[in-house]
Amino acid sequence: MAKFETLVAIAAPMEQRDINTDAVIPGRFLRRKREEGFGDCLFRDLRFHEDGSENDAFVLNQPAFRDAKVIVANENFGCGSSRESAVFALHDYGIRCVIAPSFGDIFHNNCFKNGLLPIVLPEAEVAELRAQAGTMQGAPFAIDLAAQTVTGVDGVIRRFEVDPFRKRLLLQGMDEIDFTLGFEDKIAAFEAAR
Amino acid sequence: MARPLTLFEKIWVPHEVHRDEDGQSLLYVDRHFIHDGSRTAYKQLADRGLGVRRPDLTFASPDHYVPTTSRDFADVDGEDRKDMVSSLTRNTAASGVTEYGLTDDRHGIVHVMGPEQGLSLPGMLILCGDSHTSTHGAVGALAFGIGASEVAHVLATQALWQRKPKTMRVMIEGELAEGVSGKDVVLALVAQIGVNGATGHVIEYAGSTMEALSVEGRLTICNMSIEAGARAGMVAPDEATFAYLKDRPHAPKGEEWDAAVARWRGLATDPGAIFDREVFLDAAAIEPMVTWGNRPSEAVPVTAAVPDVASVEDPAQRRVLQAALDYMGLKAGMRLTDVPVDYVFIGSCTNGRIEDFRAAASVLLGRHVAPGVKAIAVPGSGLVRLQAEAEGLDRIFIEAGFEWRYSGCSMCLAVNGDTVPAGKRSASTSNRNFVGRQGPEARTHLVSPATAAATAIAGRFADHRTLGG
Repeated sequence: MAKFETLVAIAAPMEQRDINTDAVIPGRFLRRKREEGFGDCLFRDLRFHEDGSENDAFVLNQPAFRDAKVIVANENFGCGSSRESAVFALHDYGIRCVIAPSFGDIFHNNCFKNGLLPIVLPEAEVAELRAQAGTMQGAPFAIDLAAQTVTGVDGVIRRFEVDPFRKRLLLQGMDEIDFTLGFEDKIAAFEAAR
Repeated sequence: MARPLTLFEKIWVPHEVHRDEDGQSLLYVDRHFIHDGSRTAYKQLADRGLGVRRPDLTFASPDHYVPTTSRDFADVDGEDRKDMVSSLTRNTAASGVTEYGLTDDRHGIVHVMGPEQGLSLPGMLILCGDSHTSTHGAVGALAFGIGASEVAHVLATQALWQRKPKTMRVMIEGELAEGVSGKDVVLALVAQIGVNGATGHVIEYAGSTMEALSVEGRLTICNMSIEAGARAGMVAPDEATFAYLKDRPHAPKGEEWDAAVARWRGLATDPGAIFDREVFLDAAAIEPMVTWGNRPSEAVPVTAAVPDVASVEDPAQRRVLQAALDYMGLKAGMRLTDVPVDYVFIGSCTNGRIEDFRAAASVLLGRHVAPGVKAIAVPGSGLVRLQAEAEGLDRIFIEAGFEWRYSGCSMCLAVNGDTVPAGKRSASTSNRNFVGRQGPEARTHLVSPATAAATAIAGRFADHRTLGG
């Protein structure tokens, strides 16, 4: 699995709350194979008009945010369907971190399996970071997973909480299946005792 | 005296294979359902040279991508969908997993098939790569949805790392009015607590209303727990649960059944157990519900008007609600009973069970779908379809002008080709009214089966309790 250690990148603000995974990737793209990539499907019906032309109003289509690798979102980002393709689409497009006050539980779990860091911060701090991303366009955010900090355009260092288990695996780029296979004896003993 | 425990804790703790120093638990998985979206997970296994650890605990049915107009594989729409469906058959055969395929009567939406086959039992930890796995909690199990990488992990290890979620009890008290169903209850709940109202929590539904509700009604409620953001939804197993499960193909038999029931009786939450949150819902106040927006929480009684969003104080929230009204082609103050519909869909893992078709048929009997309305009935499993036919319900649907289809997820998420065209309005017994859910620019309203049937007859949203004609 891809590691995540530090990231210095442009952040794009998305103000809408409850952005569901159907919006991140519509159902009609789910039958693609993983190796075909999902980047072009990211936010498909928000990013593109029906005729395939870009929607200039959508944040990721604006010149300042073309190279964004961070999304500063709002409450309940990634709610709804369990489709991991939502994370594949963010990842393949180039997004490495999403900051929000809360996430859909399954989406939150799926991020960690793909080297993408979901950061939860209090609503007021996320609102401040969203405002910075929107007004000081092109200036990067800095994220340090080991230190658990986000530094916005204002230079203020904000600390975030992250599950220590998930942090460890992400910093090491540890494959979770390989990790769990190390517990084979325990699993077998558990099965035998049932 | 031992600390009183919740139903959730009584299932979680005995499934812990290991607890990491960082507080993550490695949980043992009793039952794993897979469907025709599992190609990516199997590929992850193949890339590592791994097999399925416990094929005997894994059950499959292709539900998402299959046609509902026939049982012929040749009718699976397009090469890419065919590959999704045939991959499941190939992968399950190679790994020794039981598949209820397209032509098997036991075929169905995994969340209908599991309880129906007695594969979902009280006390189990049940997983599936689908967010509506919360459904199975209705039989007293802990069941939740996972992503593709987690599916691969469970296939390879029969275990999953999880941090213990918080608990929420939803107490529903009182008697439901005649014609008000589990679907209306859960829509009312999501409207009350919001789509983020239970994020990070496992809900236990309790109270006199839940005790009086059928297991199928409970399945509908647990199914939509995820629409309030909940990790899972569950109901303590009781006599109704045992009666529902007894003699199901995979339920224990004879002495084993008696021993299992004795064990299951101990699962109910102990008096005095503490939940992280408690929510109360007054059952008597609930009416048949309809959603008007693009979040399942945006629901009102069918007799109500589209709400006025101009009065919402937060400007960002107001913009979102106005955008939802624009997308849905509605104006504040319009009565829902004046809003015409183009499509009616009865089915899905939420409302694709026999009681759902009985409720709809009782409304349809002797009536006909309004001109211009396309109405489809899609049983949740082959056995639901056969049961309905044995009861003559198929005749009622067909004579009323419905198409009587074969089992599958169909128009709920519309990935099999059953879509609602752009700009068209659908009354749907499914679970999500998201933008584009049933097709690009499709307008979805969530309703109960009885409301869907009444709406098909009236050609506009209708209260099935007062339907004329």
